[in-house]
Amino acid sequence: MSILIFVELDNGSIKKTSLEAVAYGAEIAKTKGTTASVLAIGNADLSELAIAGAYGASKVLHANTSELATENAMAYASVLTAAVQQENADVVILPKSGLCDAMGARAAAKLGASIVSGVTDLPDLTDGFKVKRSIYTGKAFATVDVKGDIKILGIKKNAIEAVAGSGIADVATFSPALGGGDFVAKVVSQEKASGELSLTEADIVVSGGRGMKGPEHWQPLIDLAQALGAATGCSKPVSDLDWRPHHEHIGQTGIKVAPNLYIACGISGAIQHLAGVNSSKVIVAINKDPEAPFFKAADYGIVGDVFDILPRLTKAVNESK
Amino acid sequence: MKILVCITNVPDTTAKISFAENDTKFNKAGVQYIIGPYDDYALARAVELKEQLGGSITVLNVGEADSDPQIRKALAIGADDAIRVNCDPQDSFFTAVQIAAIAKEGGFDLILMGRESIDFNSGVVHGLVGEMLGIPSFSPVMKLDIQGSTATFAREIEGGKEYLEAPLPLVLGCQEPIAEWKIPNMRGIMTARTKPLKVVEPVAVDELTTLDKYTLPAPKGACKMIPVDQAETLISLLKTEAKVL
Repeated sequence: MSILIFVELDNGSIKKTSLEAVAYGAEIAKTKGTTASVLAIGNADLSELAIAGAYGASKVLHANTSELATENAMAYASVLTAAVQQENADVVILPKSGLCDAMGARAAAKLGASIVSGVTDLPDLTDGFKVKRSIYTGKAFATVDVKGDIKILGIKKNAIEAVAGSGIADVATFSPALGGGDFVAKVVSQEKASGELSLTEADIVVSGGRGMKGPEHWQPLIDLAQALGAATGCSKPVSDLDWRPHHEHIGQTGIKVAPNLYIACGISGAIQHLAGVNSSKVIVAINKDPEAPFFKAADYGIVGDVFDILPRLTKAVNESK
Repeated sequence: MKILVCITNVPDTTAKISFAENDTKFNKAGVQYIIGPYDDYALARAVELKEQLGGSITVLNVGEADSDPQIRKALAIGADDAIRVNCDPQDSFFTAVQIAAIAKEGGFDLILMGRESIDFNSGVVHGLVGEMLGIPSFSPVMKLDIQGSTATFAREIEGGKEYLEAPLPLVLGCQEPIAEWKIPNMRGIMTARTKPLKVVEPVAVDELTTLDKYTLPAPKGACKMIPVDQAETLISLLKTEAKVL
């Protein structure tokens, strides 16, 4: 029995949330007295993959055939299943993401495995295999006992603090045989904003609402985000009005973020928006309305005009560097 | 075109969440239930596709009798018939087995559902059902068109969109802006009363997870207000006090 962790790649390196998944899997391996292996799919820098060792993995299986170059949840699920079988893994860890939910689900059906998504803490192994997971869009938690012989867990950002040690993992090529059924869909085209920081990976998010008054007034928010090295997001009305692209929409029906710092500018704080940000460690609300509900959910608040405050904050950030 | 739309019966997005029976049951008292918002988008697109291409829409819910008002609403919006698998669903795997069992019988071209339920937020049922049926599954789908036996659709990916083409049958997890939510009209509400709603018993599934208990997050401390003329002190507080910069 062993632990297998799937990692997502970004430009050939392991994503930060995936390194947390490695640390999470390695911690379970330590408790159970077994080893943790990593599966990476797609183009990668081999020395970047070896970094998984610093987070506790002993080896990395690297699947990188040309047919796996584009993200394909079905093919990735088949590769994951083959890796689970080869490594005789009984616990499989994936970072929570759209891709990982999709491939984890298909792998779970292939393996007859238990699948639990949205896990927020390390499992309690003293009596069974109990994990805490986020439910009702962050408004509550459920502790579930995972009973399957194989357990697949999708872990949320910040489920564990990933601290790099000094280990280096061995990287081995992994090329299981894949069926044609995984490749029936054809990718016609992709539209991807380049060079943008990923909202779900970002440690800091600066987000704007209707109080920003229009797409032409976004620059002060973008300036603060750049000064902080933050990703930018927005509320639902803002993406509905096409002020900002849909992939920036944070909330109940949009992206759920869990950064260390979330700065809400001109967002009133409707419950549907809060559902997308309530896993953030620290929340700052800036709003001209002192009654804005966001202040009840925030750690720090400033009542005032965003167009006065944002440039002053940007200046303060730049001066403190 | 035979379309199966799977809907969840979930607390309204503004509902206050609390638990009963020693934190082992969701407290339904005073809670308004709705069709899952993502499922509602899937249903709306199904109705549009049926208007375009003809065919039928079956709506499916895995749940208890208190789902019936939401099922009737789906019928009023435009589904032709409904099936409810009569049980309190245990987990994603259990639910997926029930959906796959119904889908196998029905010979559907398209199986639509929301990208995730808003109660358990797992986002894995479409993938499980796809694999159980041996057909492709995609999520989150934000645009969908059908030409003959081919679907062309757009999926949200990190920082953008991906446009795909795949042969039917397919399982798709949907989200906005695939269609606008539809509000049932009076005629729809009247005809929904007589549309067939079949109640079937669940297929047996090995228990893969069991609930231990529910918990609520620790209450949030008070918000520290910073006077606007000292807005700049926020940055130093974030550094030294909150330690997030």
